[in-house]
Amino acid sequence: MTFLLLQALTGLASAATLFLVAAGLTVIFGVTRVVNFSHGSLYMLGAYIGWTVLGHLPRTPWGFALGVAATAVALAVLGSLLEMTLLRRLYRAPELLQLLATFGVVLIVQDAAQAIWGTEDLPLPRPPWMRGFIVIGAERFPSYDLLLIAAGPAVLAALWLLLHRTRWGTLVRAATQDRAMLAALGVNQRLLFTSVFALGAGLAGLGGALGLPLGSANLQLDLSVITDAFVVVVVGGLGSVPGAFLASVLIGVLQAAGVALVPKATLVIVFVVMAVTLVLRPHGLLGRGGTLAREAEAPALVVPATLAARWLGLAALAVLAAAPLFAGPFAVAVLTEAMIAVLFAASLHFMMGPGGMASFGHAAWFGIGAYGAGLAATLLAWPLPLALLGAVLTAGVVAALFGWFVVRLSGVYLAMLTLAFAQIVWAVAQQWTDVTGGDNGILSVWPSGMLADPRAFYWLTLALCTGGALLLRRVLFAPAGYALRAARDSALRAEAIGLNAAHLRLAAFALAGAAAGLAGGLDAFSKGSVFPTYVSIGRSVDALLMVLLGGVQTMAGPIVGAMVYTGLYDLLLQTVALWRLVLGLAIVTLVLAFPQGIAGALRRGQA
Amino acid sequence: MLNVSELHSFYGRAHVLQGVSFQVAPGEVLVLLGRNGAGKSTTLKSLIGLLRPRAGRVEFGGVNVAGWEPHRIARAGMGFVPEDRRIFTGLTVAENLETGRQPPRPPLPAWTPARLFALFPNLGQMASRQGGRMSGGEQQMLTIARTLMGNPRLVLLDEPSEGLSPLIVEQMAHAILALKQAGVTMLLAEQNLHFAARVADRAVVIESGRIVWAGTMAGALADAASHLQV
Repeated sequence: MTFLLLQALTGLASAATLFLVAAGLTVIFGVTRVVNFSHGSLYMLGAYIGWTVLGHLPRTPWGFALGVAATAVALAVLGSLLEMTLLRRLYRAPELLQLLATFGVVLIVQDAAQAIWGTEDLPLPRPPWMRGFIVIGAERFPSYDLLLIAAGPAVLAALWLLLHRTRWGTLVRAATQDRAMLAALGVNQRLLFTSVFALGAGLAGLGGALGLPLGSANLQLDLSVITDAFVVVVVGGLGSVPGAFLASVLIGVLQAAGVALVPKATLVIVFVVMAVTLVLRPHGLLGRGGTLAREAEAPALVVPATLAARWLGLAALAVLAAAPLFAGPFAVAVLTEAMIAVLFAASLHFMMGPGGMASFGHAAWFGIGAYGAGLAATLLAWPLPLALLGAVLTAGVVAALFGWFVVRLSGVYLAMLTLAFAQIVWAVAQQWTDVTGGDNGILSVWPSGMLADPRAFYWLTLALCTGGALLLRRVLFAPAGYALRAARDSALRAEAIGLNAAHLRLAAFALAGAAAGLAGGLDAFSKGSVFPTYVSIGRSVDALLMVLLGGVQTMAGPIVGAMVYTGLYDLLLQTVALWRLVLGLAIVTLVLAFPQGIAGALRRGQA
Repeated sequence: MLNVSELHSFYGRAHVLQGVSFQVAPGEVLVLLGRNGAGKSTTLKSLIGLLRPRAGRVEFGGVNVAGWEPHRIARAGMGFVPEDRRIFTGLTVAENLETGRQPPRPPLPAWTPARLFALFPNLGQMASRQGGRMSGGEQQMLTIARTLMGNPRLVLLDEPSEGLSPLIVEQMAHAILALKQAGVTMLLAEQNLHFAARVADRAVVIESGRIVWAGTMAGALADAASHLQV
């Protein structure tokens, strides 16, 4: 009993830092309608800056308080700069591009933090006053954790007062509902947005500094924190600060209890909580549906290719088919990779273009396919065709199951949930070492017999990936595809003419998942191994970049994007040490320069 | 007070305002009459800056404010009351008023919640009620009161009588006449000729994005049968 109580208290303590991050995220979203992917990076910077600042201050309670406050202020300043230089230009961009651009910031901050603070974990040596404890039952409980537990409600109360008892708070709440009206009343939105962002970033910095004594400043904080924070704000309701508090307590306590009771199932518990909440309350515990309305975006039209483009495609296919006859083994390997990327990108395009479902965790299906194929080939010793079929079916079925929860949700929720799900798959791949081999991965997933020849395997990949992409295209221009696009453009009107929007979206979700699974299965056999990186956020972003590089408007877009991206990425990885920094800057620049994708820009140029 | 000349506005590629010109003199109530889709709301949105005009001039107090951001135009003294009310439903009546508050503009006396509650007695009885829990008429009153908190020199009213019961329309007419007596200049967009007749001094008629008629309200009424068909 005492043990459970202690676990619950520990959970509450970690909930406090989680709440600080989630509160900032949710306030920023409420006003600016931007989901700030880099919010976890602000937390991480808070931890690092806190580590440096606290190292130079007297190790007394007052010194600590001063250091934490200074860190929060520093992050507020950094946040304002971020808002003024980048986010301000993104307020009108599609939400997926906002996520992508802020992910670019994540990459930049990662390399910057590594350059400044190094790769070592930096723990904060606890000064004597922080080592105090109270005794519960026969166990000791750190008093610092009690301080954290108190910090959560204190910050909640302070935020409530700020939002409800000051003119600034009144304006912020009004902006959450109708920014244009507020501007017409004479309120300078720019100032308001920057100050809101400063507040959110300051809270993240506060969380990072306060959480420092519980762990350390390290380079993994950003993504682990942002995943948890996404789950918290989705469960709590986007834009709701009390909702974020409730959800962080719920998830913090459940995680701690999970660690004690069913150590291996912690992540599953989090996912179940999220799923149950969203089924019962699609807009989160305290969220309001209406607050998610945003200006309609021009939906991406998908137009059939011109005759010339088709001949060009056919010619390209012929060249690709003949390539192994004159190209060397390295070229064949790169081409295999490119073909897999083509199918991966095409499946994501299918989901987010015509399907209108912006997925930020497409790697989940790729990874599930790869692990499915890898396990079938090694554990079950299935032959390649059967293993690939297994990969497709596993990914498709899991996508259908997960899709059932999410297809009724709108843009941002969907993007965040797909991301969270992918992170859970990633964590399972990493932690369930008995089956997945953890970080060591699954090795020796080689094709046998005739297909052991890389050239033969390349031809198989070419056939399957081209076939898969063409199949997706066929569906797109079939009545089912039109119905899907109708459901995307207006679910209500589609329902009114007798289409079941949820079913259509679910079918599209499962189909895209299955296609990504095939790509993943092929990748497993082509590389001969499967690792958790197959499911990483980076992989999801790869797919997004390929699609956005090519543009959402055409089927050819993602295909061209995939080929170009694979080539550039390999080159970047081989030649540049700070590749994350370069990639991050490239993403940010790309989004700022071409808010509609490169193909979209070209199309506009022609018009 | 306001001098609009050759205003052109677009929604995407649709050329909605095709050279709108008119003037509003200090202290007067001008009504912009026209059918649905004629360009009334578009004109008002172009004046306050919610829609950026592609060409033309909006001289407000001698300064061309065309192309300014809405908050700058509002601070220059132009108030805007939208047709779809757009009150902040999550905020109380008092908080809604607070969002509109801007510094006083002497010599006009500053609007305070107390003065506004005297003008709209209904609102005074529900100062702490949430905006979302008010009737349509009460919301319409609140929208006007909220805009007045900015102490505007000119108020743009987009179809203030639309969708209201006859009783509330009557109260609205009283309120607008009271504002006129308090020295507030107003530009109304209306398609309700009877309502316009009660409050306006002059009228301009807009059709397909162009001003096709201008004159006194009495003249507009006289010509209504033959010219206007509103």
